[in-house]
Amino acid sequence: MKVVALLTFVLAAVAIPREAFWAHALAGSLLLGVILLAELPAGFVARRMVVEIPILVFAVLLPFFGRGETTEILGVDLSVEGLWGAWTILAKATLGVGASIVVSATSTVPDLIRALGRLHVPKVITAIAGFMVRYLDIVAGEFSRRRVAMASRGYEPRWLWQGGPLAQSAGSLFIRSFERGERVHQAMVARGFAGRIPVYGDEKATPRQWLVGMIVPGATVILALLAVTVLH
Amino acid sequence: MSEPSLEVLGLSYVYPDGHQALHDVDLHVHHGERVALLGPNGAGKTTLLLHLNGIFRPAAGTVRVAGLDITDESLMEVRRRVGIVFQDPDDQLFMPTVGQDVAFGPANFGVEGEELDRRVTEALGAVSMVDALERAPHHLSYGERRRVAIATVLAMRPEILVLDEPTSNLDPASRRELIDVLRGLPITQLLVTHDLPFALELCPRALVMDEGRIVAGDATVEILSDEALMKTHRLELPYRFDPRELGS
Repeated sequence: MKVVALLTFVLAAVAIPREAFWAHALAGSLLLGVILLAELPAGFVARRMVVEIPILVFAVLLPFFGRGETTEILGVDLSVEGLWGAWTILAKATLGVGASIVVSATSTVPDLIRALGRLHVPKVITAIAGFMVRYLDIVAGEFSRRRVAMASRGYEPRWLWQGGPLAQSAGSLFIRSFERGERVHQAMVARGFAGRIPVYGDEKATPRQWLVGMIVPGATVILALLAVTVLH
Repeated sequence: MSEPSLEVLGLSYVYPDGHQALHDVDLHVHHGERVALLGPNGAGKTTLLLHLNGIFRPAAGTVRVAGLDITDESLMEVRRRVGIVFQDPDDQLFMPTVGQDVAFGPANFGVEGEELDRRVTEALGAVSMVDALERAPHHLSYGERRRVAIATVLAMRPEILVLDEPTSNLDPASRRELIDVLRGLPITQLLVTHDLPFALELCPRALVMDEGRIVAGDATVEILSDEALMKTHRLELPYRFDPRELGS
């Protein structure tokens, strides 16, 4: 349900015409309301917003490199198209990232994977995602233990050409992970695995949950429609 | 005597590289028995174990589980009857949550709905881990993971429980908890281990395996007290440990 709500909200936010500043502001305040309602700490949200930075850098550059008509702001010639582009990216990215943060902060990874399964994402993909989450920790832990073991014997790589042992270690880690994959498969087969991973603990969202969950995305869709009709 | 839970006759196995891992292995475990399989590293214990539910197929000999031969048709039923708990719980617990992992086995055998829920809580209850239902396996301690791994096969209601090195990497307190859990399970058990005091405490009978052969089988206390046998097969008791004091 959350995944559908997220997708609807993001699509609606993207559909809002760029000239409709007020609609963006309203959608933003809806999102802010949800963040406050979910009692997410501001610092937590801010730290996660960091993923947006590369996109913002790109957005900031656009007005300088954009073509066509220009306008002068504070004595600098800026492309009008570029400014619009920058604004659009900034607004949509912030809304999208913000909404994703709310969903990811209020759901567990297993829930999200189960949700994708319910939305008919192929079982193979959800199974791979599940295994990845499960074993990432273990492989990362193994890698960091090796780094410690290397450092304990005086290996502190500073430059790229000193990275040989690290690369070799990554190679052998790959082999070991592969062997682990084989053992995991044996363990699965031992418990009757025959190519299909059974679903368990999957709870359907109730109509009530759907109703509550779709309020904000629904409102955003209406906003987008309004904005489109007002402007045309 | 009744049909043995597990019966292995004349089992031999050769790895694809030509190394013969098992030579003419005979063993049987009767219903309700708890038997230890002892032996040094590389004796072929894990290879034997993978034959018990048909992951490896024998080059010669037979494996029978509660009277059922392993064939292509009986394979799934054999796998339900033989619950193998592997050495590394991280190999055994591969689902995102403990509950999903415990449900994996019975669900593969067609159990669903409320019955599946019941199996999951029952199995987790048997190892005192019901509270971990929604937790991720990698957030559990090693000892807890081992107990959940046991629950994952208990949920299939197997005929026999086979554990590969169940006490490896456990701290003494977790080892004690494990012993209590195993002692409380009313199910036939084959414990593959080189933790000799553990074997002595839980298993009245023991088999010794070395170089792919069963070289001895007797009361555990007799085997551990046979110094010549122990030395030949690289088995060693803890310092100043006297099996006769405990085992009688």
